[in-house]
Amino acid sequence: MSRTNLLDRRQVVSCLLAERKDAIVIGGLGASTYDIAAAGDHARNLYLWGAMGGAVMIGLGLALAQPKLPVVVITGDGEMLMGMGSLATVGLQQPKNLTIVVLDNECYGETGGQASHTAGGTDLVGVAKACGIAEANSMTTMAEVGAFKGSLQNVSAGPRFASIKIDGANLERALSSRDGAFIVSRIRGALGFQPI
Amino acid sequence: MHAGADASSETMPAEALPTWPEDIFSILRRFDVRQVPYVPDAGHSQLIDRVLGTPAMRAIPLTTEEEGVALLAGAWAGGQRGVLLMQSSGVGNCINMLSLTQIFRFPFLTLVTMRGEWGEFNPWQVPMGSSTQAVLELSGIKVLRADRPDEVREVVEAASGQAYNACTPTAVLLSQRLIGAKVFSK
Ligand SMILES: Cc1ncc(C[n+]2csc(CCOP(=O)(O)OP(=O)(O)O)c2C)c(N)n1
Ligand SMILES: [Mg+2]
Repeated sequence: MSRTNLLDRRQVVSCLLAERKDAIVIGGLGASTYDIAAAGDHARNLYLWGAMGGAVMIGLGLALAQPKLPVVVITGDGEMLMGMGSLATVGLQQPKNLTIVVLDNECYGETGGQASHTAGGTDLVGVAKACGIAEANSMTTMAEVGAFKGSLQNVSAGPRFASIKIDGANLERALSSRDGAFIVSRIRGALGFQPI
Repeated sequence: MHAGADASSETMPAEALPTWPEDIFSILRRFDVRQVPYVPDAGHSQLIDRVLGTPAMRAIPLTTEEEGVALLAGAWAGGQRGVLLMQSSGVGNCINMLSLTQIFRFPFLTLVTMRGEWGEFNPWQVPMGSSTQAVLELSGIKVLRADRPDEVREVVEAASGQAYNACTPTAVLLSQRLIGAKVFSK
């Protein structure tokens, strides 16, 4: 595909999260987590610094546990490719409150920008559709992203999947907390659960 | 088994189902376990059927076992308990994802049906079956084991208690001796 006029990842994520309300947001390891942190720290942010391939499944576990809350996974194409089977698992469960957003720069940005499979023939939107995620779209403009962001709040029409084509720029890292026990306790606290 | 109906009634007299899967099921219910991810194993089939028939529990078939580790981390963040059902080979598929048990310090419980031991017919099961316990322990998971039907209840009870009450990641190995070695040919 053409590599011109691609979107800025920080702009995409801050647009998606601008009116997040009660949504829980999970960031895949690497740059997606930095983008979410750059949009503003939040008690309902679950930042991943590892567990590559696990972001969508963490989102599924949360979405099934909290069916009335919007759950949004924002991850990279490399991270999504490692957990591609989880799209089949989501397709089977049909969690209505789960949205999966892939920030697709067609490369492994965090590790030096090596080309990923989406730079070749792999079509993640096609994979998501074939796994039974009916609402799956590719987006290349901020107008599309802006029109999409409202649907994140709809907890009765998911699951939905979006691959948003972003440019390959490696931006300065915005560091979130790396303390998993803190991050998960903070989310649980925000949802009204006590520590053990 | 693909024996014909006549042959099977001759060679396989209607055996009573074992009761230990039911023991496990009632413990999981008592601990309010809600999400049950699994990759099927014959040794778990009775328990999986019970979960599938229980509206308060969600059976979640996986494409690979590591998905279940991540799922249970999300379930905990969202306030629900879960248990991962898999066979010993699946433990190998989980290794990197098991980091989450230490990072999030969440109440991870898995019930692992053992292959590659006690009269195993299939040599392909032996390498992973032989390292299952060590792999779990190296990953920071406490390992308990049940070898006899009459000890399943107390082992799973103890495992659930330490996992859910003390957030101590725990695996129960359900031995091949307990389950019965898989019969490939007579
Ligand atoms: C299991 C595993 N393999 C490899 C890595 C190294 N690694 C860290 S980030 C990353 C790439 C992530 O790429 P992508 O998800 O596309 O994110 P981007 O930085 O491009 O936004 C890789 C391969 C890892 N952390 N874990
Ligand atoms: Mg990428």
